[in-house]
Amino acid sequence: MLADKDRIFTNLYGYQDFALKAAQARGDWDKTADLMKVGQDAIIEEVKASGLRGRGGAGFPTGMKWSFMPKAPTPERPNFLVINADESEPGSCKDREIIRHDPHKLIEGALIAGFAMRARAAYIYIRGEYIFEAKVLEKAVAEAYSAGLLGKNAAKSGYDFDVFVHRGAGAYICGEETAMIESLEGKKGQPRLKPPFPAGAGLYGCPTTVNNVESIAVVPTILRRGAAWFKGFGRENNHGTKLFQISGHVEKPCVVEEEMGIPFRELIEKHCGGVRGGWDNLLAVIPGGSSVPLVPAAMMMDVPMDFDGCKAVGSGLGTAAIIVMDKSTDIVRAISRLSYFYKHESCGQCTPCREGTGWMWRVMEKMRTGNAEIGDIDTLYDVTKQVEGHTICALGDAAAWPIQGLIKHFRPEMERRIIEAKGDNMLEAAE
Amino acid sequence: MADSVAIPNEAETRATWGSFAFSPEYKAKADMYIGRYPAGRQQSAVMALLDLAQRQVGEETQTQGWLPVPVIEYVANYLGMPYMRTYEVATFYTMYNLAPVGRYHVQVCGTTPCMLRGSDDIIAACKSRGLVKNATTPDGMFTLTEVECMGNCASAPMVQINDDNYEDLDHSSMTAILKDLAEGKQPKVGTQLPGRHTVEPYGGVTTLHAMVDKNHDYRGEWK
Repeated sequence: MLADKDRIFTNLYGYQDFALKAAQARGDWDKTADLMKVGQDAIIEEVKASGLRGRGGAGFPTGMKWSFMPKAPTPERPNFLVINADESEPGSCKDREIIRHDPHKLIEGALIAGFAMRARAAYIYIRGEYIFEAKVLEKAVAEAYSAGLLGKNAAKSGYDFDVFVHRGAGAYICGEETAMIESLEGKKGQPRLKPPFPAGAGLYGCPTTVNNVESIAVVPTILRRGAAWFKGFGRENNHGTKLFQISGHVEKPCVVEEEMGIPFRELIEKHCGGVRGGWDNLLAVIPGGSSVPLVPAAMMMDVPMDFDGCKAVGSGLGTAAIIVMDKSTDIVRAISRLSYFYKHESCGQCTPCREGTGWMWRVMEKMRTGNAEIGDIDTLYDVTKQVEGHTICALGDAAAWPIQGLIKHFRPEMERRIIEAKGDNMLEAAE
Repeated sequence: MADSVAIPNEAETRATWGSFAFSPEYKAKADMYIGRYPAGRQQSAVMALLDLAQRQVGEETQTQGWLPVPVIEYVANYLGMPYMRTYEVATFYTMYNLAPVGRYHVQVCGTTPCMLRGSDDIIAACKSRGLVKNATTPDGMFTLTEVECMGNCASAPMVQINDDNYEDLDHSSMTAILKDLAEGKQPKVGTQLPGRHTVEPYGGVTTLHAMVDKNHDYRGEWK
């Protein structure tokens, strides 16, 4: 198990004050200017060397993403850093804890990351429903300005940098990076076609990098302790520590920072008091938030919880939002509820997603009650394949994958419901 | 996208809200938000201004607030935006109410992580207190909405009522919260499990023990 001294988010549970003085006593904002003195490219190299992969779900190497930004921005066309705090993926609840309990890690990270990518300012896009969290973040940003840690000559580094908080207003799709940029510009959050990629033309047409809260908040500690320290955790290509969020049918749901690659069973045993009703009662697990396919119990037990480990069982680590389902779960309803979520959150721009998410949800509801034909399962699967990959952003894929996972692993259960619902009619027909 | 709601009669709305303007306090906030964006990019502040406008309407009506058409027009004019662009934003995001709501907007999360932990019981508790989905109680106190994931999954099930989250609910704690609100009392915000602080494992932390009682600095243990 990861030692407490190696945890980055030491105030994760908010037992102590979030404010600047307490954060500094824990080590935040300690000689930040010295960390920046090595220069922009050295910081990017260090983050690359640490093996940090984006914590927002896709797992793209963070240092490499930063290196795509123009090296000589002009005042007319500055670089921007956008921090994605629009945490809305069902199961995900880690950025909330960072923001309300350790916001200065994020703000210090914003300065360092912004400096490294030569950004003029950072916009932190926080989801609208995080009302209390946004208040805390605003307070923390104001504190940082008063203490000279942001603004002109930020933290006495000689670099001018601003951090602004932008509140969303309830739209899952704004967590998609180009939708977030649209929303920041004061429009409907409908994703843009790529290319151009944000690093070329993003916010206000300027070069922009969008990073997850956790990706940015871990950077100061990585620089303080060295890339080798961070890289010392986890398996090849899956390094570092990670906030895991465990919800659903475990004895004690929680958020906890652990080493990447911790086996699923160990994670649940150590921190969550096991599965409700014991391990034999485990039905299935969604290991990375609602967008990834579920994994049946038998395949999940020994999976190392990292990007490649979850991929190997046909799913994904996503945001490490682990939804655990025991045998009392109506598995078809659980997935159908996710289908409703995607129907609700589709932005309406691309036809396959706008029409497909509604259609898939309606058919999933039929599957739930068994009011369908066996062949409808295949039709449903076909439709998910027609939605997947045929939309501007990945919401269409995200809506398709949970259903594909259900059909792949729980087809007998779906068929059982259909046969049961037909009941006597089917027997009569046979006679 | 916001679910479609019955938009109130426009003539009546205009008669009531036609002269809406930000109060000095709200105007100061609005200008502060506009200042966060580069010159000429004031449209970026539209979400913040719609939220402020809704809050001011809420204060004036003693509800969570909503966005009558003249108020949306006011925000559009304030930012020099075409009305349609502002209306588009108001209808796209779910947190803008396009029709009046009650004193308390009870938003129960019903997405899978909350569903697995018993959000059906929470909806049932609301219904047994007389709340009806997508409607306001006759006394104007409560509007019930089932919303999508609110990001409190490790302390599910949860409800957001106006600006406050209530987590780790069950039928009886939800009933107690609604009862308190109806009687004008402020229930305890956050987790409802006795002894739980936030999202640590219930019954005691498994990590970071030193942080529980004092602001521990782990740097001395770094090698």
